[in-house]
Amino acid sequence: MSFPGLYNYWIVIVLMMAGFYMVIAHGNLIKKVVGLNVFQVSVFVLYISMGKIKGGTAPILEDGFTLYSNPLPSVLILTAIVVGVATTAMALALIVRIRDAYGTIEEDEIDAQEEDS
Amino acid sequence: MISVHFPVLLVVVPLMAAPVCLLLRRLPTATWVVATAVSWLCLFFAVSLLLRVLDGGPISYLLGNWAAPWGIEYRVDVANAFVLVIVASIGAIITPYTRQSVLRELSPRRIYLFYVMFCLNLSGLLGISVTGDAFNLFVFLEISALSGYALISMGRDRRALTATYRYVVMGTVGATFYVIGLGLLYMMTGTLNMADLAARIPAVSHTRTIHAALAFLTVGIGLKVAMFPLHTWLPNAYTWAPSAVTAFLASTATKVAVYVLVRVFFTIFGKADVFELFPVRDTLMGLAIIAMFAASFVAIYQDNVKRMLAYSSIAQVGYMILGISFATVTGLTGGIIHLFNHALMKCALFLAIGCVFYRVGSLNIRDYAGLGQRMPLTMAAFVTAGLSLIGVPATVGFVSKWYLVQAALERDLWLIAALVVASSLLAVIYIWRVVEIAYFRAPPEGAPAVAEAPVSLLVPTWIMALASVYFGIDATHTVDIAHKAATALLGGGS
Repeated sequence: MSFPGLYNYWIVIVLMMAGFYMVIAHGNLIKKVVGLNVFQVSVFVLYISMGKIKGGTAPILEDGFTLYSNPLPSVLILTAIVVGVATTAMALALIVRIRDAYGTIEEDEIDAQEEDS
Repeated sequence: MISVHFPVLLVVVPLMAAPVCLLLRRLPTATWVVATAVSWLCLFFAVSLLLRVLDGGPISYLLGNWAAPWGIEYRVDVANAFVLVIVASIGAIITPYTRQSVLRELSPRRIYLFYVMFCLNLSGLLGISVTGDAFNLFVFLEISALSGYALISMGRDRRALTATYRYVVMGTVGATFYVIGLGLLYMMTGTLNMADLAARIPAVSHTRTIHAALAFLTVGIGLKVAMFPLHTWLPNAYTWAPSAVTAFLASTATKVAVYVLVRVFFTIFGKADVFELFPVRDTLMGLAIIAMFAASFVAIYQDNVKRMLAYSSIAQVGYMILGISFATVTGLTGGIIHLFNHALMKCALFLAIGCVFYRVGSLNIRDYAGLGQRMPLTMAAFVTAGLSLIGVPATVGFVSKWYLVQAALERDLWLIAALVVASSLLAVIYIWRVVEIAYFRAPPEGAPAVAEAPVSLLVPTWIMALASVYFGIDATHTVDIAHKAATALLGGGS
C-alpha cells in the first residue's frame, strides 16, 4: 500500500517517539508523566488501527453487511486505558507528595537535595 | 468439587480481600488477620495445584467456561505451579512478620492501606503466574506493579517517594513495551492465548513484525526483571521501601518477571526458529555475565546494607538469566531452581535486615558494630542466608550454581563456568564486610543497648534461613520439579 494509505501507523511512530523522548529528556516530573501518557496513547492508536478494516462495520449481524472490523483490539484498549489512568493517577499523587517533601518537582533540584542529605 | 476452581480462587480470594481490608480500616489488627488468612489460603491452593499437576499433568481452567482460545484460559503446568508455590509461601511466611515490622515503620493510620496493597500485590503476582492468556498477564502485571509502587512509597524516608516515581516511569515504559510486543504478535496471529500463539507463530516467524515483537517483549520484561542495563529503578526502590515490603518484593516480583521471560521465550516462541536468526540468547548471556560482576562490585562499595543487598539482587537475577540463555534442560533447570533458591535466601537476608532496623533504626553498615553479640539470633540468620548467597556447599546457593556450571560445561563454555565461580567470590566480600563489622568490631562507646528482635520477627526470618539450608541438603524434590518444568518448557509449550 502507498504511503498515505497506512498513515495512522506513521502517527503511532511519531507519537511513540515524541512521548518517549519527553519521558527521557524532561526534568520536570509532570512533563515526564505527560510524555508517558503520549507514549501510551500511541499504543492505543496502534491497537485500534490494526482492528479497523476499510469499509468494515461493527460486528453485528445485519442484512447487507458482510465486512466487519475486529472489535477485540478496541476492547483490549479499553482495559489498557483504565490501566493508563490508574498509572497517571498514581504518578500524580506521588508528585504531590514529592512536592510536599522536597518543595520542588524539578528532577535536578531533587537530585541536588538528595546528594546533600 | 471446589478444587476445580483453585486456579481462579488463587486470584479472586486476595483480590476480594483487598476491599475487605479497606472496609476494616478502623481495625488495623483485623486487616492483618485477613491478609494472613488469605495468604495461607493461597499457599494451600498453590500447593494442592502443584501436587495435582505433578500427578496428572497440566490443568486448564476456562474462565466463565468460554472455550480457549477465545475465552481467557488459566493454565497450570509444573513451571507456573512451582512459581505459584514460591510466591504464595513467601507471602504466607512474611505476613506474621509484617505485623510488628509495619507497626514500627509506618504511621498507624496507613497500616490498613499496607494490607490492602499487599493483598492486591499478591493477587497480581499469582495472576501473572497462573494465567495462560498473554493480555490477561499484562493486566495482572499492572495490578502487581501499581500496588507495588504504593507499597514502596510507604517508606518513611522521603527518598522512598522519588525512588517510587522512578520505578513508576520505568515500570510503565516496560509494561507498555510488553503491550506493543503483544499487539504486534496479535497483528500476525490473531490470538492472545499463549498455547495458541505458540502454535501460530512458526508460520509467520520470518516476518519483521514478529522479530520486532520479540524485541519489544524482551526489553519490556527486561525492565520488570531488572535485567542488567535496565535495573536502575531497583536499588533505590528496595533501599527506601519498608523492610517487609523489600523482603516480599525482592523475593517475588522480580522472580515472577523472570518466569514471564521464560514463558515468552520457551512457550510463546518455543516452536519458532527466531532464536536461530537473532543472537537474543547470546546477548542475554553477555548481559547476565556483566550483571553478575558489575552489580556485585557495586554492592561491595555500599555502606547501606539494604542497598548492598539490592545490588546483589541484580547480580543474582544475572544467574537466572544466564540459566535461561543456555536454552538447555540443565541450564533452564539451573535458572528455575535459582529462582526458588534466591527467593528463599534473599527473603531471609532482607528479613534479618528488617529485624536490625526494628531495633537499631539504621541501615548503615557502621551501626552494625557489635550486633553479633547483641542480636545473636538475627545475625546468625543473616550469616546462614549469606553463606547460601555465596554458594557454600550444603546450602541452596550451591545447588543452583552447581547446575549453572554443569550447564556451561555441557556446552563446552569453560570460561562461563569459571566466571560463575569467580563471581561467587565477590559475594564473599560483601557478605564478609557485614560479618566482620557485626562480629569483630565493638559497638561505639555510649551506644544505646540493643535487645534481640521480637519473636514474631525472628521466626519468619529463621524459617527462611533454615529453608535455605534444608533445600540445599535435600534438593531432590526442588531439583526434580525444576527439571520437570524445564523439560516441559523445552518440549514445546505443553
